[in-house]
Amino acid sequence: MGLNSILFYFFAGLAVASAILMVTRRNIVHGAVYLITTLLATAGVFLLLQAEFLFVTQVILYVGGIMVLFVFVIMLVNLDVSLLQYQFNRQRFVAGVLALALGAQVFLAIKTGQNSLFPQARIPEVLPKNTEAVADALFSRFMLPFEIASILLLVAMIGAVVMAKRKV
Amino acid sequence: MSPQPFFLDHIWLIPMFPLVTAAVMLFYGRRLSNQIVSWLCSGSVFISFIFSVGAFFQIVAKPSAERVATKILFEWIPAGTYHLLDGRIATFIADWGFQIDPLSCVMVLVVTGVGFLIHIYSIGYMAHEGGYYRFFGYLNLFMFSMLMLVLANNLLLLFVGWEGVGTCSYLLIGFYFHKKSASDAGKKAFIVNRIGDAGFLLGIFLTSALLGTIRFVEIGPALASGGFAIGDPRITAIALLFFVGATGKSAQIPLYVWLPDAMEGPTPVSALIHAATMVTAGVYMVTRTNAIYQLSPKAMGVVALVGAITALFAASMGVVQNDIKKVLAYSTVSQLGYMFLACGVGAFTAGIFHLMTHAFFKGLLFLAAGSVIHAVSGEQDMRKMGALSKKIPVTYWTMLIATLAIAGIFPFAGFISKDLILGKAYEKDALLWAIGYFTAGMTAFYMFRLIFMTFHGTSRVDHEVEHHVHESPKSMLVPLVILAALSFVGGWISWPEVFGGNSHFIHFLSTVVAVPHEARMEPVKGPGSEQGEILLMMLSEGLVILGILLAWLLYVKRTDLPQKIANAFGGLYRLVYNKYYVDQLYDALFVNRAKDLGLALGAFDRNVIDGLGVNGAGWLTRAISKVSIWWDTWIVDGSVRLGARIVWIFSYPIRLIQDGLVQSCMLLIVVGLIGFFGYYFCMAHHAVH
Amino acid sequence: MVPVDHYLWLSLALFTVGVIGVLTRRNVIIILMSIELILNAVNINLVAFSHMFGNVDGQVFAIFIITDAAAEAAVGLGIILAFFRNRETLLADEMDMLKW
Repeated sequence: MGLNSILFYFFAGLAVASAILMVTRRNIVHGAVYLITTLLATAGVFLLLQAEFLFVTQVILYVGGIMVLFVFVIMLVNLDVSLLQYQFNRQRFVAGVLALALGAQVFLAIKTGQNSLFPQARIPEVLPKNTEAVADALFSRFMLPFEIASILLLVAMIGAVVMAKRKV
Repeated sequence: MSPQPFFLDHIWLIPMFPLVTAAVMLFYGRRLSNQIVSWLCSGSVFISFIFSVGAFFQIVAKPSAERVATKILFEWIPAGTYHLLDGRIATFIADWGFQIDPLSCVMVLVVTGVGFLIHIYSIGYMAHEGGYYRFFGYLNLFMFSMLMLVLANNLLLLFVGWEGVGTCSYLLIGFYFHKKSASDAGKKAFIVNRIGDAGFLLGIFLTSALLGTIRFVEIGPALASGGFAIGDPRITAIALLFFVGATGKSAQIPLYVWLPDAMEGPTPVSALIHAATMVTAGVYMVTRTNAIYQLSPKAMGVVALVGAITALFAASMGVVQNDIKKVLAYSTVSQLGYMFLACGVGAFTAGIFHLMTHAFFKGLLFLAAGSVIHAVSGEQDMRKMGALSKKIPVTYWTMLIATLAIAGIFPFAGFISKDLILGKAYEKDALLWAIGYFTAGMTAFYMFRLIFMTFHGTSRVDHEVEHHVHESPKSMLVPLVILAALSFVGGWISWPEVFGGNSHFIHFLSTVVAVPHEARMEPVKGPGSEQGEILLMMLSEGLVILGILLAWLLYVKRTDLPQKIANAFGGLYRLVYNKYYVDQLYDALFVNRAKDLGLALGAFDRNVIDGLGVNGAGWLTRAISKVSIWWDTWIVDGSVRLGARIVWIFSYPIRLIQDGLVQSCMLLIVVGLIGFFGYYFCMAHHAVH
Repeated sequence: MVPVDHYLWLSLALFTVGVIGVLTRRNVIIILMSIELILNAVNINLVAFSHMFGNVDGQVFAIFIITDAAAEAAVGLGIILAFFRNRETLLADEMDMLKW
């Protein structure tokens, strides 16, 4: 039980708890905050997995970009009346059961394949530089997806602008 | 044929001359003037007459056994071979051939001679009538048909002429076609004739089936070689069928009803067709085929009896008629009865002789009657005539001569021919003689009744007409005079041997008649031979004079008596005056039944054929179309809609799932995920184990 | 050390919660946030395996996922805004114009 494990279980528990809370809150803003918490916990998990670049990216992009966007929009559409309405829809029971069934299936899958997984990662003596490695992979092998992703972002930007305009 | 003398060789031209002028009338008659029409038509008949005279002399020049000349122009119907009734094979040939022998000689002379005189008369009579060219065209067409009839050398060509004269009779009776009574009379004549013609045609068929030939010269030898016994039923059948035709054409019982109605035609037509020529065609035909009749005593008996009864029957009706032409019409029927009586007792030549003399005096009677009618401006009722003898003398004297002839006063023509017949009848059967005798008396009576009512006594003429009474023009009077002369001397060519003559005429004709019955042409070999004959003559003369006196009494002396007698015998008088209601009887039995058949067929046509057939077809079509509509709607369209419905059945439930909610969709995605994942997991699981 | 499958359990748990949130909540913003949660769960999975294999490909893929999530969130929120302006509602149950 090293520090690694403790930190991991802490972050994991935080993430799951925040997730559950997010899904069940009446107030959307609360939900957004809990999602932020979940994302931050996830970032912590990334760090524990020695994915530093991803950790930073997660915090800056996800939390700092996407969640801020979410909060802005929540502010724009905030309805007082939504606090008084039903939160869960008609198919909640069936949906719940099915979701749990799906989870159970994957659980079974992981369970049966558990033994084929490596017990732990091989940690080399000298940690490779994560960012350089990512950059290296990104600009060599994943060049095309990178460019496509930039176009995707362009398109999304245009789309978002169009969508949000008052007068089309 | 070996070269014949000119006229005999050109026999075929005799009918052609009138045919040519008839054709000219058909095509150009409208544009020709009356004068040209008169010259052309009368002229053609005259030329035929000249040819007939020439042929007569050339025939007479031959020895009596060879007096048959035939001229065949071409084979008209070569129909091929066929089986006779007894199985033999024969070839049927009807040729367009002409035969001249004593019989046809007599006929052709009478037809063309009297016909010519009547043509001349018509020039004057029809001068002011419309349709002048049409009248003469029809008249010439008639001459052609009649001449074909008497000159034919076979039954079929004779039948052609037979039909032709019937047609011309229809055309001429209905000459004034705008008068309904005239056109009705024409139709009646033609239809009644047709009934007789059917019998005649059947007789021709039977003849050709039995004897294998229809040529007259071959019938005799065929009968002889056929071995037919006397009274053979097939021969009797043929004879009776021919006689049916004769009753139609020659107006005997029961087909005489058309002749009185035929008086609707112009008077020259009555004279020519219904006195002198057409009605005698029956007598001619019976004489022509006498070989057949001689083999069937039964048929001859029927002929004689029908002839005698018709004579009596018609005479009785003539007694009470008031129309001058109707009296003459019934008189014609009666005299024709005499001719058939003659043929029936075997005296064929006597019948032909009477035919000839009858042509003279009856033709004259009709023409003179026409002259009388012309004089009294169209009046035909004798009750409105009287005391005309001084005003129209020529007409009067010629008519008187004709009446003396028909009554049978010695030595006029009628006496000799009628007495010959009565003598032969007496020899055969006393009853027949008695009927004929009594009828002769009646004939004298009603004929002199006619004379007295028309020309004597007090004038009962209408006031306006009286001023216009005038004699007819010369064109009408000359034929009267000529015929009067012939009525006087016409009988002298067969002056009875009992008075020292030598019966030239009878001998002349004897070659025509077959079998031994007629061979001895001497007069009656009855009781007391010569004395018997003179006795009979005196008896008949006595009765005749009695009749004349009776007529004088009733119609000159005591003119009140006829009415009293008519009142006394009211029922009988009405019966006879209405012609024994025979016309009404025929109407009820046949005419109206034929109309009923027509109506029934019409109803059948309307209700069954139109109703069932046409309307039924329409109904059926509609019914079928309903079925078709049902089929189309439910089967054809149905299969289309069925396909659509099947698609709907599958798609509708799925459509209901669409509630537009995104989360429903996502739920289904999860369901799908579960499914896929489970599937691949199982696959993987099995692959591992 | 933490066994790899623990990371997988974590990923699974987050994924399941996210699915439940997507299927169950009426508010569309919560639905979008649940989708982000799912994406995150996948990221954890990827990075765990990247760590296990010593291969950096998983992380690159995770970067792309994050990029994608950003684009998707932007557009999605834009749509929500437009819809909100039209219909004044944020409830998925009331967005059923495409029903039959």
